[in-house]
Amino acid sequence: MRSEKEQQLSELPENVKESALLVGVDPSEQERSGSFFQVDQNVLCARSVQPGVEVLSTEAALRQYGGLKEYFWQAVDPTKDEFTRAAAAESVPKGYFIRTAPGVETIYPLQACLYIGKEGMAQKVHNVIIAEEGSHLHIITGCTIDTHIKSGLHIGVSEFFVKKNASVTFTMVHNWAEEVEVRPRTVAHVAEGGTFITNYVCLKPVKMLQLYPTVHLNGRGARVVANSVVYGRKDSVIDTGFRAFLKAEGTSAENIARAVATDRAKIIARGHMIGEVPGIKAHIECRGLVLSKAASIHAIPELEAKRENLEMSHEAAVGKIAEKEILYLMARGLSADEATAAIIRGFLNVDLTGLPAKLKKEIDKIMAMELAI
Amino acid sequence: MDELLRIDDLELKVGARTILNGFHFVLHRGEKAVMFGPNGAGKSSLIYAILGYPGYQVTRGKIFFQGRDITELPTNERVKLGLGVSFQNPPAIRGIKLSEMLNVCRPGISPDEAARRAAELNLTDFLARDINLGFSGGEVKRSELLQIIAQQPALALFDEPDSGVDLENVELLGRRINAYLKDNSGLIITHQGYILNFIEVTRACVLYDGRVVCSGDPKGILEDIRQKGYEGCVKCRVRKNDEK
Repeated sequence: MRSEKEQQLSELPENVKESALLVGVDPSEQERSGSFFQVDQNVLCARSVQPGVEVLSTEAALRQYGGLKEYFWQAVDPTKDEFTRAAAAESVPKGYFIRTAPGVETIYPLQACLYIGKEGMAQKVHNVIIAEEGSHLHIITGCTIDTHIKSGLHIGVSEFFVKKNASVTFTMVHNWAEEVEVRPRTVAHVAEGGTFITNYVCLKPVKMLQLYPTVHLNGRGARVVANSVVYGRKDSVIDTGFRAFLKAEGTSAENIARAVATDRAKIIARGHMIGEVPGIKAHIECRGLVLSKAASIHAIPELEAKRENLEMSHEAAVGKIAEKEILYLMARGLSADEATAAIIRGFLNVDLTGLPAKLKKEIDKIMAMELAI
Repeated sequence: MDELLRIDDLELKVGARTILNGFHFVLHRGEKAVMFGPNGAGKSSLIYAILGYPGYQVTRGKIFFQGRDITELPTNERVKLGLGVSFQNPPAIRGIKLSEMLNVCRPGISPDEAARRAAELNLTDFLARDINLGFSGGEVKRSELLQIIAQQPALALFDEPDSGVDLENVELLGRRINAYLKDNSGLIITHQGYILNFIEVTRACVLYDGRVVCSGDPKGILEDIRQKGYEGCVKCRVRKNDEK
């Protein structure tokens, strides 16, 4: 299905392309089933090359589908806070609409890039992602900024609907700057037998990042896996979290978080699992490394069991790099700095779940580049 | 034979405790020596001192490696000069795989060679695992040996290569260490000596009371220790020294 915009990403300025590559968005569009690219509040392209896979701007989708009444603002509450209200106040909503038709599987991942190109820009996007029954959808989203820009605001509302026996793997890489504030607001609904996998990577400094995606497992056997890898540097304040409501028997939720804080960064790592029926499984694993005196990590794992016969657990460990690990690597020839960097890389190297091999390689490459300390 | 390692009149302290005192030791290229000593004699501390681990303070004496004074060098510089160690209890590191460690030991080692070497030590399935995480005693020691084989150091130090290893693994390890040492130099530190059933060493020393109290034919010394214990062995050697 082809959409209205046809700008070639290969024609983008070199610096934009380079920034996009660093968040997993390939302007050559090789091995991608579709692309979406938004600079500031302008949608440059929204297209799919695979039948049964729709990529539209949210604006076009609202027009085409009579306002998307079953979906638009149905997962996220527009009155939740000042940021959702700001997004809801946009007369022409930006962002993307992605949908896979029943039974369709994306051959290659879809990619979406949200790019801030103007100093002080307030970018607001509203994304709607739907995997129809039995379909399988892979998306990589990169949010980034022009290398010359220091300040900005990014508000991203994302609403996910994973239908019966469908799956969505959503990998998001953030790459901001020291004076940028970021407020994603994400809610997903997962039906019977559905799987939602979300991977989040943020390795660059940011002024203030606050995200707390919430997943409702509504149908029997629905599953969510949430992985996050956060590296807080300079004066970054990063409040990340993940919340899952387990509302049906046989549902399971797993949250794996890695956080490294250095310089004067403050990281809050939240995890909240709410078991509402018997026969559910939930697990939170949070590991943190604090590398400097002025940095801090606050891990807040919460388990709420509202019925009998549930399996809920968490493990959280926050500390420093063990000297014996550094020495072990030095005894193999690395300098103290190289050993420290290798340990941090290894620490953050979570096996991001459900990624196609090619995408995994790309993410590994991004991690290696960003963490070449 | 040229000198590979020379330790002159070493006094080693850990905190306020003196571990080695008046310690002399020379190892020549091509030698495969074994250092015996009772628990707590300072054998592992000796290895950490040779490696230059912080906390192991050389308060007197010098360590020379391949003719160069390394007493003040950081650990990785010593390793670059050709020192390699098989540790007794190495730490597990999450997120760093055995295959990556081999690449640290020998930058650019081909995946084929890494796979072949790992197979020889029954470690094929361990290449993709986080180093030492959940490894058994024998697996740790085989993985340490694999790293030494990858590194090919001028001098390999083996710290208790048979501790915590079941008998079957001791034989496999011993035979592999022996094969490695055929063309290389090494110093094996051991409390028990069982692994020496499978390794041909050229010389044995006994570390006791902070220094080397005797040095000579490995079979004879091991026999003495087995029959009389360390104390008995030391008495005999001290007496012999007195007679001189």
